[in-house]
Amino acid sequence: MNEHVKAPVAPRTLPRESATFDAYTLSEIRRAAATGIYDIRGAGAKRKVPHFDDLLFLGASISRYPLEGYRERCGTEVVLGTRFAKKPIELKIPITIAGMSFGSLSGPAKEALGRGASQMGTSTTTGDGGMTQEERGHSKTLVYQYLPSRYGMNPDDIRKADAIEVVIGQGAKPGGGGMLLGQKISPRVAKMRTLPEGIDQRSACRHPDWTGPDDLEIKIEELREITDWEKPIYVKVGASRPYYDTALAVKAGADVVVVDGMQGGTAATQEVFIENVGIPTLACIRNAVRALQDLGMHRKVQLIVSGGIRNGADVAKALALGADAVAIGTAALVALGDNDPKWESEYEALGTRAGAYDDWHEGRDPAGITTQDAELMKRLDPVMAGRRLANYLAVMTLEAQTIARACGKSHVHNLEPEDLVALTLESAAMAQVPLAGTNWVPGQDGRF
Amino acid sequence: MCGIVGIFLKDKSLEPKLGEMLSSMLDVMCDRGPDSAGFAVYGAGEAGRVKLTLRGPEGYDFAALAEKLGSDVHLTERATHAVLSIPEAWEPDIRASLVKLAPEVTVVGAGARMELYKEVGLPTDVANRFKLAEMSGTHGIGHTRMATESAVTTNGAHPFSTGADQCLVHNGSLSNHRGVRRNLEREGVKIQTDNDSEVAAGYLTARMAQGRSLGEALEDSLNDLDGFYTFVVGTETGFGVLRDPIACKPAVMAETDKYVAFGSEYRALANLPGIENAKVWEPEPAKVYFWERAAA
Amino acid sequence: MNAGAQSNAFDLSRSTVRELNTALHGLKQGSNALFWRITHPGGLHAIAAGVDAPVTIEVDGPVGYYCGGMNKQATILVKGSAGVGVAENMMSGLVHVEGDASQAAGATAHGGSLIIDGNAAARCGISMKGIDIVVKGSVGHMSAFMAQAGTLTVFGDAGEALGDSIYEARLYVRGSVKSLGADCIEKEMRDEHKQQLFERFKLAGVDGEIDPSEFKRYGSARNLYHFHVDNASNY
Repeated sequence: MNEHVKAPVAPRTLPRESATFDAYTLSEIRRAAATGIYDIRGAGAKRKVPHFDDLLFLGASISRYPLEGYRERCGTEVVLGTRFAKKPIELKIPITIAGMSFGSLSGPAKEALGRGASQMGTSTTTGDGGMTQEERGHSKTLVYQYLPSRYGMNPDDIRKADAIEVVIGQGAKPGGGGMLLGQKISPRVAKMRTLPEGIDQRSACRHPDWTGPDDLEIKIEELREITDWEKPIYVKVGASRPYYDTALAVKAGADVVVVDGMQGGTAATQEVFIENVGIPTLACIRNAVRALQDLGMHRKVQLIVSGGIRNGADVAKALALGADAVAIGTAALVALGDNDPKWESEYEALGTRAGAYDDWHEGRDPAGITTQDAELMKRLDPVMAGRRLANYLAVMTLEAQTIARACGKSHVHNLEPEDLVALTLESAAMAQVPLAGTNWVPGQDGRF
Repeated sequence: MCGIVGIFLKDKSLEPKLGEMLSSMLDVMCDRGPDSAGFAVYGAGEAGRVKLTLRGPEGYDFAALAEKLGSDVHLTERATHAVLSIPEAWEPDIRASLVKLAPEVTVVGAGARMELYKEVGLPTDVANRFKLAEMSGTHGIGHTRMATESAVTTNGAHPFSTGADQCLVHNGSLSNHRGVRRNLEREGVKIQTDNDSEVAAGYLTARMAQGRSLGEALEDSLNDLDGFYTFVVGTETGFGVLRDPIACKPAVMAETDKYVAFGSEYRALANLPGIENAKVWEPEPAKVYFWERAAA
Repeated sequence: MNAGAQSNAFDLSRSTVRELNTALHGLKQGSNALFWRITHPGGLHAIAAGVDAPVTIEVDGPVGYYCGGMNKQATILVKGSAGVGVAENMMSGLVHVEGDASQAAGATAHGGSLIIDGNAAARCGISMKGIDIVVKGSVGHMSAFMAQAGTLTVFGDAGEALGDSIYEARLYVRGSVKSLGADCIEKEMRDEHKQQLFERFKLAGVDGEIDPSEFKRYGSARNLYHFHVDNASNY
């Protein structure tokens, strides 16, 4: 009688995921196979890239002396648009709110941004849907975006604005246009954008009546004529070739240049666009500043940097590298209440988690911010949220001042690149500051 | 980016005025391109001789150089440029001598009739320095530059010449010029600058060297060159225009029985004689236009 | 005609466009400076841009880019040709170009009427949002690209890719159409369309001279209103 004897069981190796075909990638391939459409989401690049975290300040020591906190003044004001405008913009802090459309955001969210920004003496910016009354009413200083789509563009609003921002592109998708899906084309949004309700909006990626800096110059001239040369004209580009783009913006007649790095958010676009097109914010700033310096325009044409600005240290670092101000988008939404853990069960029902939710194009935001749904919108109290934004801006400002004082500066604009060192080769090369404890700046022996 | 101007004369009696017409057109295009300017004029030629346009540093002693090169070398100086008229057969030797004797001098153009001038500076100033308004010829093209991705240097200015009596000016931005450059270099075509426009010039010259006519070479470029472009090309007998298939960059043409003119803006054509009755149109995308006079 | 109406002359070979626009923008409500005659425009840019007054402006010659940009209420007559973007983003009023118009004529305009006696070049009516454009000659390629609302009426021919990505604007073309753009199709001409066309003829001052039946209507097939993978080749 032969019993079947079980063969000895060999030990198995541990389950191992592929670094190339990781869990996220596998889920995306399955999703693509099921739907036949690219993945669309909001927010900016989520992958890890060299950023301000890799830079450190050299605080006061024996050769440099610090300023006393609170008592010894550390100024934060900035004036934007001094080159040509009759009425430049004076801000109390060098942190502005970046362009985000009514349409991608709810009306109460735009109101909250206006309230918070105005309380702190800074500006907000309209987005790809035009200017709403709420925003103009609640923002003491409002920058009006001039985009390829020209949704809602009209001379009355342009004259009500404090500045005009000609948008060539944004960091999340340099080369891409706006996108708003049917779920968010509510009756009000549809009317403002002259679109049928509920359809998926297709936006142009190039301006309709000019292409190239030579024709941009003529367009800027027209905008100045229409507004009687009163208002500063900003030119915004997504981070791609910041040296050339900044130089060309200056040659085309810009008062202010805005450079938005790949970490900058969007309401909605293709995931592959966000993660694979555009360069990190850290990689732009020195290039943009050098273009200004080469043209003798540093501090005469102001530079605003955006894309992943999160705290006062980021603000101080951007300024130290030569920017005049920064803009926040994603951070402002988080301050308002976006992705808050208190809605965790609802995020789970949507198949995500608090802190990871980025399907803003679906318009089902539990926080009521990136939605047009009347019920969800009620969840955001614009007065409370405005106060939260003001608090956050105040903290960022105090943090930047703390750092500046520690470096002996009586104004945040006196921070300079030599106040910084880097922890990694990449960040040292991008920021063009030495590796900590050394004199070495990678790449500085010839070509940039 | 840039401004382009060009004129091709049908009426011989206007030839003495060519430089004047081109000069006033360039002046109007200053706003589009304040960084640098250049022009090529197809003037008189002499049988059996070739003209080399040289560019040297400020104050260069071209006379001394000409003496060293030989007795049958005729020199005309214009500011930082000089035109050497030499017997055709001497060209390779003269070029070799120039490299040895005058490394700081560049040959910017060569041909039976073409003279090419370009410099950094405001276009009006550039035209005045070279006394463009006094030049005569059968056709000419000019360019005012706002540098995009390469530096503002004289070398980066247009027109670019990569062949005898051939030159090109460009408004726009080629998106695949680095790949095309590598292919051309493998074919033995030398591209000196970082400039995308020089790549386009080299491409057309390479095609024509392989036996394609100007019109055919321009047709070929529609497949091989990518990006946004308006090209105006000069050859010994002709003048060609091509816009890319998307055609965003501006282009206006005017034709009368006396001339065909090109400008990036209508403004550049506004002062031409007879413009009120000219046929004015905007060239269609991806369509080659050229005018040629029969060989004399 | 108002006996007190004032006529103003501006010579752009002596004054600047800035001075002209300052004067036009400074017009107060009820002003009797109703007529403006501009000479020697020489193809300059932004002439009469941003006007917001019920005045009549006659320009004696060719204009550059963006003439009448963002126009409200004014009647602007260009006795010559117009550069890129004539009447771009116009809100109301009338712009009449006696010569030809360059690219992007009437771009993104919300209202008013743009009449072009000659030809319009590429991208006529691009992204239009409510304007009525009448071109007595032909229009170039990519005309009515992403046209959202309003009408484009062409007595001559249309170039490649007419109405590509069109939304709800209506296109009427009498001559040939080189090719239609993505999602743009020929549509039935019913009585209401002929009536609409007739109203456009009145705007252009040719009612009675032209037969609406000679025109074909083009508009959106509405297949691109919601992304679907089967339409991917259109993108």
